[in-house]
Amino acid sequence: MNDTPPSVVIKALSKTFDGPDGKPFQAIDGISLSIPPGTLAAVVGPDGAGKTTLMRMMAGLLRPDGGRLHVLGIDLAEDAQEVQNRISYMPQRFGLYEDLSVQENLDLYADLHGVPADVRVERFSRLLAMTDLAHFTDRPAGKLSGGMKQKLGLACTLVRVPDLLLLDEPSVGVDPLSRRDLWEIIEQLIESDGLSVIVSTAYMDEAERCDHVFVMNRGMLLADGTPDELKAGARGLTHVVSPDDGVPARDLQARMIDAPELVVDAVPSGGQVRFICQPGCNEAALKALLHDCDCQPREEELEDAFMLLLHQHDDGHGDASSPPPLASQAPAVATNGNGDGPVIVVRDLVRRFGDFTAVANTSFEVKRGEIFGLLGPNGAGKTTTFRMLCGLLPATSGELLVAGVNLRNARAAARARIGYVAQKFSLYSNLSVYENLDFFGGAYGLRGKERRDRVNEIIRQFDLDPDVHSGNLPLGYKQRLAMAAGLLHQPEILFLDEPTSGIDPLARRAFWRTITALSQSGVTVVVTTHFMEEAEYCDRIAIQDAGRLLALGTPRGVRERSGIVSGHMNEAFIAIVEKARAAEAEGQEAA
Amino acid sequence: MDRLIASLAQIFVLCRKEILALVKDPANRVILVGPALIQSLLFGYAATFDLKNVPYAVLDQSHSAASAEFLTRLDGTGIFKRQATLTNSLQIAEVIDDGRVLMAVSIPSDFATRLAKGGQAPVQVILDGRNSTTAGAAAGYVNAVATAFNAKRAGAPPITVVRRAWFNPNLDSRWQILPAMIATLSMLQTLLLAALSVAREREQGTFDQLLVTPLTPLQILTGKAIPAVLVGVMQSTLVLLIARLWFEVPMNGSLWLLYLGLFGFTGASVGIGMSISALALNMQQAMLYTFMLLMPLTLLSGLVTPIRNMPEVLQILTYANPLRFGVDLVRRVYLEGAGLFDIAFDFVPMLVVASVTMPLAAWLFRNRLA
Repeated sequence: MNDTPPSVVIKALSKTFDGPDGKPFQAIDGISLSIPPGTLAAVVGPDGAGKTTLMRMMAGLLRPDGGRLHVLGIDLAEDAQEVQNRISYMPQRFGLYEDLSVQENLDLYADLHGVPADVRVERFSRLLAMTDLAHFTDRPAGKLSGGMKQKLGLACTLVRVPDLLLLDEPSVGVDPLSRRDLWEIIEQLIESDGLSVIVSTAYMDEAERCDHVFVMNRGMLLADGTPDELKAGARGLTHVVSPDDGVPARDLQARMIDAPELVVDAVPSGGQVRFICQPGCNEAALKALLHDCDCQPREEELEDAFMLLLHQHDDGHGDASSPPPLASQAPAVATNGNGDGPVIVVRDLVRRFGDFTAVANTSFEVKRGEIFGLLGPNGAGKTTTFRMLCGLLPATSGELLVAGVNLRNARAAARARIGYVAQKFSLYSNLSVYENLDFFGGAYGLRGKERRDRVNEIIRQFDLDPDVHSGNLPLGYKQRLAMAAGLLHQPEILFLDEPTSGIDPLARRAFWRTITALSQSGVTVVVTTHFMEEAEYCDRIAIQDAGRLLALGTPRGVRERSGIVSGHMNEAFIAIVEKARAAEAEGQEAA
Repeated sequence: MDRLIASLAQIFVLCRKEILALVKDPANRVILVGPALIQSLLFGYAATFDLKNVPYAVLDQSHSAASAEFLTRLDGTGIFKRQATLTNSLQIAEVIDDGRVLMAVSIPSDFATRLAKGGQAPVQVILDGRNSTTAGAAAGYVNAVATAFNAKRAGAPPITVVRRAWFNPNLDSRWQILPAMIATLSMLQTLLLAALSVAREREQGTFDQLLVTPLTPLQILTGKAIPAVLVGVMQSTLVLLIARLWFEVPMNGSLWLLYLGLFGFTGASVGIGMSISALALNMQQAMLYTFMLLMPLTLLSGLVTPIRNMPEVLQILTYANPLRFGVDLVRRVYLEGAGLFDIAFDFVPMLVVASVTMPLAAWLFRNRLA
C-alpha cells in the first residue's frame, strides 16, 4: 500500500492529426505531468484544447506520436492491455445499447468485464440506488433522458471497481440537476471505494471540486495546481461594477470587452458586470471607461483564473481564433418599425411526437429589438420550439405569429424578414466562403450588383477570408460565417439555435458582443442556449425543462422568483426546476 | 413579369450552387465520369451472348476425308477452337469434367462408310450443360455447320432458309445492349445523385437553412432537379459516344428525338430520386432505398429478359418503370430510326411518373418530419 505508483506520469507527450485542411494539427503539444494516486484530478480547457485526445491516450486507445506515458506504473507502449484491465474509461458519448433495457445494459457490461455473479447483485443494487435508476430497469436505454443516459453510462463504467477511472466530459449537454447528481455519485465512490479519478470538463464549478486541476489550451498545459493555487493568479484583479439605472448590463459589458488593454474579461451577471482588469492597468482610464459607475472588488473564482490564463496564452499566439469580429459598427438594419408591439407571439403552443410531448402549453411574446433567450438543458424542448417558430415544424396546436404571420403557412416572401443560424452552423462545406454567401444572397432574392456589394460588405464586417473552403474553417469562424449568411439580407428578426455550443469561451464573448451590437441597431434576436450564464445577456428569458415552460421574464426577475438573487444562473435554474418538480409531485398526489 | 424573373434568378442561383458543390468535390468529379465510362466499356465487351473461342475436343474415330472436311468446317467458323484431340471415348469425360473444353465432338468409325451409302451418319456432340445458355448456343452453331455440310454434299438442296435479322443483321448482342445502356447507366447515376441531394443537406443541416429562405418548395425542387437531369443527360451522351465511336454501333435515328426522349426519361428518374431523397432522413437511408429500387427497375425493364414472358401482374407493374420505356425508346430510335410518332407512347408513362413524383417530393420537403 505504501509504494503505490502515481496514477499517471506523462513526459513530453505529443500527438499530431491531419487537420480538415490537410495540414498537420498538433492536438497534444509536449505535455508533461504527474498525477498522484488517490486524487480527483480535473483536466479543463476550451473545446479543441486536446482534452479528449489526452484522455484517449491515457486509456490506451490512441498511440502517442512522441513522449512517454505511464498509467498505474505501467508503460502504455509496452502493455496497454494490462492498463485497460485495471482502468475504466467513460467516453463523451458512452456506448449504451439503446434497444436494450437498463438492466440488460448493466448485465452486458458486467459480462464484458467478467464480473462474478455474486458480486453483481450487491454492486448493481448500489449503482442503481445511487443513479436513481432502480425504477427504470426495464426501460430501454434509448428512451431515457440525456441526464439519465449519462448516469447509466457511468453505472456501466463502474460495474467493477477500477484502479483508475477516466471520465471524458461526463456532464456535456446534461441539465444542471443531473450534472449535480453525477458529481455526487463520483464523490461518493471516491469516498467508499478509494477511486483515483481523472475527469475532463469545460465547467469551472466542476473543476473547483477537484483536488488538482490541469488547465489546457491548444494542446498545451498552461498551468496546474489546486483550485486555490490557481485562483491566486487572479487575485486583486477581479471586480464587479453596477451600470447606471436603466442601462442594460450588457451595454456596459460590451464597452468593456472593446477595451482589451484595460479589461481581460467581462460578463454580465445579475444586472451587474463581473470583470477582470489587466494586471497593472491604468486606473484612471478604467474609471473613465466605467463612466464612474459603482465598482467593487470581488473574490476571485477559478473561472477568472482560467479566463486570465486563456487570454494570456492566446495573446502570446496572436492566432485569430477569437477576436471580436464586429468591433463596434453594427450592420445597418432596415427597421421599418411600427411601435413597440410584440414581433413574436406564441400562445398555448403544443408539439407532440406520438405519445411524447416535446413542447407543452407554451406561451410567450418577444418585443421588437429584444434579445430573447430560450434556455434549458438538451432535450428540454428548446430546439422544437425554435423550429416551430421558424416554420420548419408544424405545431400540434396553439397559435404562433412571427412578424404577424405563421411562417409555416405564410407566403415565401415573409421568410425574407427573418434570419436563421442553424445548430452546428450548417453551410455548404465544399463551397468557399464567398460562394456560400453569394448563394444565400441569391436565395434571399438579392441580385446583381446589390448582391455583390452586400456580400463584400458582410465579408469585411465579419472579417472573413472569401476564398477559404468553409469546411476548412475552425469552428469559431464557421459560426461567424453562419451569422454572416443569416444577416446578409438584413432581417428584422434573427434566430440562432445553440450558437455557442462547442465554441471556446473567448469566441463566445465575441459572439455576444456581436449580438449586443445587433440589438442596439434594432434587430430582434431569439437565441437558444444550454449555457445558463448566457441568460445574462438577454433582455428576457424563457426557461424550459422537459417540454414545459418553467419561468419567463427578465434574468433578474427569474432569479428573484427562484430565490437566488446573487450567485450563478445555474443555481437559479436548479432551484426553479426543483420547485417545479416538487409542485408536480404534489399535484399528482393531490389527484 | 418582374416576379417571374426574380423567381427564375433564385432557381438559377440554386442550380449553380448544386453544380458547384458537385464539381468542387474531387470524389464527385470522378463519380460523374468514371462509372459510366467503365461500365459502358464493360458492358460493351463483357455482356455479350455471342460465342467466340469455344474450346472443344475432337474424338475422330473415322479418320476419313469426310470427317476431316467436317472438322475443317467446324474450325473454319472461327467460333470453335480445338483444344484437344482425343484417342478414346473415356477421355471425353475427363476433358469436360475439368472444364478444359465446353464441348466434345465424337465422330464414329463408320462415319465415312455411312455417308458413302447415302444414309444417316450421326455425329455425337457432348456438351457441358453446367452453363446451359452457352451450351445451347454452341449446339446451335454445330448444327448450322452440319446443315451446311449436308447441303454441300447433296448438291443444291431443294429449300434453303435464309434468316435475315432487321436492325441488327448479324444479331450482334452488343448492338442490343449498348444502346440500352444509354438509358440504363445514366439512370443508375441520376437516381443516386437525386436521392442524395436532399438527404445530404438534411444530414448536414443545410436543408433547414434552405427552407427558411424565401425559396418555395417548387423552386427548391426545380433548382435541384435541373442539375440532376443535366448530369443524367451528360452521362447518356458519354455512353452514346462510346457506343457510336468506340464500338461503332451504327445509329439510324435522329439525334434530337433521342435527346428529347432522354430528357423525358431522365426527368422521370430524377423525380423518383427526389422522392426517395425527400423521404429519407439521411444519406444512408437514401442510398439503401435507391439500391433496393434499382434491381427491380432493371429486371422489369426488358433490358435482358423480354417483358412478354413475365407474369401479367409484373407486366402491369412495368408501366411504372421509366427504364422500360427509356430502353425501348432509345433502342428504337437508335437501331430502328423510329420517328416521334412511333415512340410517342413511350413518353406517356414516363411523363406520368415524373408528374407524380416531382410534386410528391416538393410536398415532402416541408412535410416530412425529421
